[in-house]
Amino acid sequence: MLTAIGFASVYISRKSHISTASLTYALFFFILYLAAHVVARFTVPNADPYLLPLAGLLTAIGLTEIYRLGPSNAFKQGLWVVIGVAVFALVIVVLRRDYRLLENYKYLFGLSAIGLLFMPLLPGIGQTVNGSRLWIHAGGLQFQPGELGKLALIVFLAAYLREKREVLAQGRVKDWGPLLVIWGSAMLVLFATGDLGSALLYYGIFLAILYAATARLTFVAAFVGLFLVGSAAVYEGTPHVRERVTNWLHPWTTQNVYCAFNGHYTLRQDCASYQMVQSLYSIAHGGYGGTGLGSGVFSNAQGAPLIPFLSTDFIYSAVAQELGLVGAAALLLIYMVFVLRGFRVSLAANDGFSKLLAAGLTFGFALQTFVIVGGILRVIPLTGITLPFVSYGGSSVISNFIVVAGLMLVSDRANA
Amino acid sequence: MNKQLNRLALFAVLMLTTLIVATTYWQSWAAGSLAAKQDNAIELVSQFEVARGLILAANGSTVLAADRKVKRNGQTFYFRRYPSKGLAAQTIGYSTSALSQTGLELSLNDYLTGATSNLSNAIQRTLNQIGGGTVYGDNVVLTINAQAQALAQKLLGDQCGAVVAMNPRTGAIDVMASSPTYDSNLIDKLGGYAKVLKTKGACGDSSALLNRATDGLYAPGSTFKMVTASAALDSGAFTPTSGFNDPGYCVEYGKHVSNAGNPDQNGPETYGHVTLAEGFQHSINSVFCNVGKQIGPKVILDYAKRFGFYSTPPLETPANQRLPSGLYKNNKLWFPKDPATEVDPGRLAFGQERLQVTPLQMLMVGATIANGGVVPRPYIVDKILGHDGSVVSRTRASSLGRAIKPETAAELNQMMVSVVQAGTGTAAQIPGIQVAGKTGTAETGVNKIYTAWFVSFAPADNPQVAVAVVLEKQLNGFGGAVSAPIAKQIMQKLLSH
Repeated sequence: MLTAIGFASVYISRKSHISTASLTYALFFFILYLAAHVVARFTVPNADPYLLPLAGLLTAIGLTEIYRLGPSNAFKQGLWVVIGVAVFALVIVVLRRDYRLLENYKYLFGLSAIGLLFMPLLPGIGQTVNGSRLWIHAGGLQFQPGELGKLALIVFLAAYLREKREVLAQGRVKDWGPLLVIWGSAMLVLFATGDLGSALLYYGIFLAILYAATARLTFVAAFVGLFLVGSAAVYEGTPHVRERVTNWLHPWTTQNVYCAFNGHYTLRQDCASYQMVQSLYSIAHGGYGGTGLGSGVFSNAQGAPLIPFLSTDFIYSAVAQELGLVGAAALLLIYMVFVLRGFRVSLAANDGFSKLLAAGLTFGFALQTFVIVGGILRVIPLTGITLPFVSYGGSSVISNFIVVAGLMLVSDRANA
Repeated sequence: MNKQLNRLALFAVLMLTTLIVATTYWQSWAAGSLAAKQDNAIELVSQFEVARGLILAANGSTVLAADRKVKRNGQTFYFRRYPSKGLAAQTIGYSTSALSQTGLELSLNDYLTGATSNLSNAIQRTLNQIGGGTVYGDNVVLTINAQAQALAQKLLGDQCGAVVAMNPRTGAIDVMASSPTYDSNLIDKLGGYAKVLKTKGACGDSSALLNRATDGLYAPGSTFKMVTASAALDSGAFTPTSGFNDPGYCVEYGKHVSNAGNPDQNGPETYGHVTLAEGFQHSINSVFCNVGKQIGPKVILDYAKRFGFYSTPPLETPANQRLPSGLYKNNKLWFPKDPATEVDPGRLAFGQERLQVTPLQMLMVGATIANGGVVPRPYIVDKILGHDGSVVSRTRASSLGRAIKPETAAELNQMMVSVVQAGTGTAAQIPGIQVAGKTGTAETGVNKIYTAWFVSFAPADNPQVAVAVVLEKQLNGFGGAVSAPIAKQIMQKLLSH
């Protein structure tokens, strides 16, 4: 385990050093991970040894790229990573004896999930950014409560489905009640806030946990069917969604089409699909080997940035340009190893709640990666969510560290 | 529950694998086509990070295109500047940050940005990238003679037209001038492009951006008699001494087709009994009209094709900036199915009918006669040099095949000499040097407004230079009077080197 962390740290420092980031960053990072490791070593000695180094590796890649795109953002992100590690330590220390007591508070988690999702809609603290009302701000800090809501929902689903899996599998209707109420209202809130990426993510997590708990593919099929009907309705009803799908299917036009941003008629690649198209150009420009860290092209000859939200939602296209196919594939493989370790934890766990919790956290992690990177790569319509550990964004970093903490707690118990 | 978990894990792995496959698709298969997209700002910017190679005139003396180094936000960009202002502007084209590229800047872009995939370039590029150094493009040395080019542009002035000159032995282009022209530095300036678009020559309605030498189509008028005479002599149907009677007109489809008007006489010229050579010397339409009627349009067109008509002349400029010459119908190259019935043989023979030619094509006809009947392959890039001065590539002179027999070429050479000695082209005489030439004065459809041509080469016994001059919309301007003096000065300039 020490070797793994050591290797990761060396890798981290070397990466930071080669790029424009200063050595202090690397050293600071090393100490931070050492601290996280020491906490984990003493509190959960039997935990999976790969999860934390993998998370560290991803964070380091993200931090390096964020530093390259804007050094001031890297400092803020660094602070968020410190908070993330602190929360990680806190979760592990508090729940080291038995995290399963969370099961007893499942309805509390369910309600707080909805509460957290509702928060941005509240006047006063809610804030609309980029057309979606996802943020709350207090004392100069911005936060996306939905990131934590996601985790609360996973805890609720895991706990509830563990308890009711047999009766649900037999199809007793009344047991669906609380599940559908909590989950349904969560979805409703998500559509109301315009956060389609997260809606897709939650739906996927729900289906995954439902399938794992009941082993009924018919349930999954029914909900996928419902999803398709719902999608069709949403497609018809909201121009926002229609635009996303159009951009996905036809990002390039040869004739001028109406541009909602400025009311003129322009080519779609100069308007609605501009971001996606420029991001694809960025990826293509990387080629096999990439341009090298610090040598990528992200602004025009006048110095204006070419791709909006590059360091948050679109960080993958920045990484893919600078590190090329080799680097991008390596990044995705790190995610894959993390996900496989996560499922291993879930398989090794002894009780239903632990299994479902670990599976839910891991699947959510994988699905989130798929939704954003798949959106950027035109595999699915683009919806803006963060790339776990790599994207710039505080709430995302914290919630992902909680995911790691959760998985380590589960694995520690299973291996004890 | 583990069975479901395994399946979920498999599903998750499949999702992530899809991402790797999709990334591979965009970064390998689709990368080329994305890089070629016009709105790809990243490719545009990254091109300006390369120190673009120079474009130099012959002997490397005059710099036609160079770089302007600009530092912005810690990055160094290389923008284009054109130290010789508008010298050969349409041929060289431009490469700007605002608009894309044209001319040689477009067609030689891979060399100029060092992107051509030879091994040393690739290694150099990679080393530079790792070391953070500048990537240098290759320098291009043209065959353009800077002084002759400048003279041609000066002589053209604000008239609309073109001057092209080449070495008939090799096909190396010495001059390629098109008028009206523009200062290439304007294109990248605010409002500069609009200004260039508004540039009008004396003819009033033409674009300064058009390279008339290769992209301008004109009726060849009597210069086409070089082709008709080639067909008449080479096919064996006529000799230079074949006799004709010229009543001042020729009869076609039962109607009179008159000779050209003579400014000294009222009405068409009349010569009476003449030979084919005399008909050529004085550019008598009725003689060629009768030649055309006898040998037929198909033979004439077949010979025209041997000279390069009906195919786009090869050159290093972009293909969309060159046009093929031939019969045109509705602005499209026309291939008559049965020339004997569809084409008027008499009018074709003296270069009217539906004939549309580029100055470069007519130059190729003149150069072929000068070159003993072999069509020289035109080229404008002499060599491409690496940043360190090593030769990346060098153009070797080659031919496009034989158009006419050496004897025919010699007979035509002699006939063209007599045009300049005592015919329609006397204005092109150079003291001490025998010049061969052919005038052309094509009707434009507007009374007394002509397209004035002169195609020539010198010295006639050992041709070193061939030149074609065309001037648009000349009021009472005959080829021998307005175009021949320009050709003379260009030949003198080139022969003095």
